[in-house]
Amino acid sequence: MTLADFIVTNAPALVVAIPLFAAFTCPAVGRISKATRNLWVMGAMLLTAAVAFILAFRVFTGGTAIYVFGAAAANLAVPLDSGGIPIRIIFTVDAMSAFMDIICAIAGVSVLMYSLSSESNNTSLDGYYTLFLLMIAGVFGMVSTGDIFNFFVFLEILSLASAGLIAYRIDGGLAVEAALKYFILSTLGAILVLFAIGIYYGQYDALNIAMIAQRMQFTMLDKIALVFLVAALAMKCGAVPMHFWTPDAYSMAPSSVTAFLVVASQASLYGLFRVVFTLYNVTLNCVIVGWIIIILGILSMVVGVTMAIPQKDVKRLMAYHAISQTGYMLLGVGVGLAVLGNAALSSAFGLMAMEGGIFHIFNHAMYKGLLFLTAGAIFYRIGTRDLNRMGGLGHNMKYTMVFFVIGALAIAGIPPFNGFASKLMIYESVYLFNPLLAIIAMVVSILTLASFVKVFHSIFMGPKLPEYADVKEAPLPMLVGMGILAAIVILFGLFPQPVVDMIVAPAAHALVDQGGYIAAVLGGA
Amino acid sequence: MFWNLPFITVVALTLIGLLTVLLKKNLIKILLGINILESAVNLFIVALGYREGGVAPIFTLAPSELMVLPTPQALVLTSIVIGVATSALVLSFAMVLHKKYGTVDIDKIRRLKE
Repeated sequence: MTLADFIVTNAPALVVAIPLFAAFTCPAVGRISKATRNLWVMGAMLLTAAVAFILAFRVFTGGTAIYVFGAAAANLAVPLDSGGIPIRIIFTVDAMSAFMDIICAIAGVSVLMYSLSSESNNTSLDGYYTLFLLMIAGVFGMVSTGDIFNFFVFLEILSLASAGLIAYRIDGGLAVEAALKYFILSTLGAILVLFAIGIYYGQYDALNIAMIAQRMQFTMLDKIALVFLVAALAMKCGAVPMHFWTPDAYSMAPSSVTAFLVVASQASLYGLFRVVFTLYNVTLNCVIVGWIIIILGILSMVVGVTMAIPQKDVKRLMAYHAISQTGYMLLGVGVGLAVLGNAALSSAFGLMAMEGGIFHIFNHAMYKGLLFLTAGAIFYRIGTRDLNRMGGLGHNMKYTMVFFVIGALAIAGIPPFNGFASKLMIYESVYLFNPLLAIIAMVVSILTLASFVKVFHSIFMGPKLPEYADVKEAPLPMLVGMGILAAIVILFGLFPQPVVDMIVAPAAHALVDQGGYIAAVLGGA
Repeated sequence: MFWNLPFITVVALTLIGLLTVLLKKNLIKILLGINILESAVNLFIVALGYREGGVAPIFTLAPSELMVLPTPQALVLTSIVIGVATSALVLSFAMVLHKKYGTVDIDKIRRLKE
């Protein structure tokens, strides 16, 4: 077996194993020198991203990839002597998981590149990089795993690492306060998830997601488990009315961490979709659950944007916009779910709404990450996040300003940026479902634009302020990190159709196709 | 009735834990509430795997009798380890907050709102 074969076969495990290994060796490597450690961390991240791309390519060309830990062969999900029961921990990477893998790989590389210089003035960086790589491993694990208990474990790894990083810059206790809020809510959410897992195990004797999906009866207990999972995961992705941790955590974390927390929230969103579509699919009452998700989405959109407008802290403002944008994804996928039982409506606009929602996950991770990184670059140079104390920075930070404009236009859904591409899909399809919802979505976009025009004006426009007369442009690694994201924002905005055809549509189809997921693991249909 | 006792305990522990988390103001007590909730869910999972009259699931030299399920016990071990990490992190947060704010009362730990 050659090295290439080895990597392709073991790719699902390697995307988690490489960051885990690099994370725990990072403090030891850090003893040698700072440069060695940076090289080590960056190398591990690039390697992980490369493996993630190989894995994604394999999934998009060859169908769902499975990896069984400790089995005789990587794809032997059901041992020959077990009587048809999958007993081992399994990673099931279908098109939706591969889609999330790509997001995590791109965001991970650019954010890590950025933090090489944005965090360089801080102490105990070994711990920072260890936790950062643990976050990466947590996200990859959550989106790859095909075992529901394993999902819980990665969820907890992600929560622990994120909480540590939010509190990383103690900031007179403020950051710790934000991290505490996030972590207590996350822990309560995780306990709910574990209760749900217990309920499934008690009824179906299985932890394998495909096995549970196959045996799903939708009893009263399953309804309770569904409520637990939806509540916990909607809270983790920051949907209104469980959004209170989001502005605090997003604004107090270092900006590089915030940019990756966006991806972490979306891993929870992925979990929510996986539960609803793969575990339950048509056995549940699609219309009611679909409408619950739509209402969560609409509430998030409206409350997020109205709370954002009066904010004075630039990162807090962006955090409320992140809540608002999460609403679009919930809206798109919720509409897809509401018409799932009806084949005619589903093919007329349901799938397109889902594609719009899923495409928006990718776009959101890119432009929101970019916006948080620009906010971080400004904070790095002038040391404040208060909009009232900024002004005239466009004279000195030209590249940062350009990146900010790209991100702001993308989040407001202005062509030719990527936010427009996915929002247009959502508007068109949701309008066919219920015109009122589409109009609300458009109004929220307009308010978003208004809010960002104000922010842009107060940060960059106006005369040079005397106290910021000798502010310099952000350092090169930070610009490179932002540049990667900005390039993708523009590229996906100019050519949305190939992207939708290549990765978004397969992801949406994989999510809807419960039978395909079960067949990929258990064999047969 | 008797074999439902573990599940009744689970419900009781859940209620105690939830009320502690929701009503207490002291951060340490809130952490204890979370720990009680974790114990509740651990007990729930272990109780699911119990079989009346079963022996411990160790195959070496075991009498060929009914065994309890090993998987829930493995799950609970993992969950306990995660619980330890959780407690350690919350306690370290409480230490930092006590140092910076001089209190662990969550009503007084709200400078972020201002």
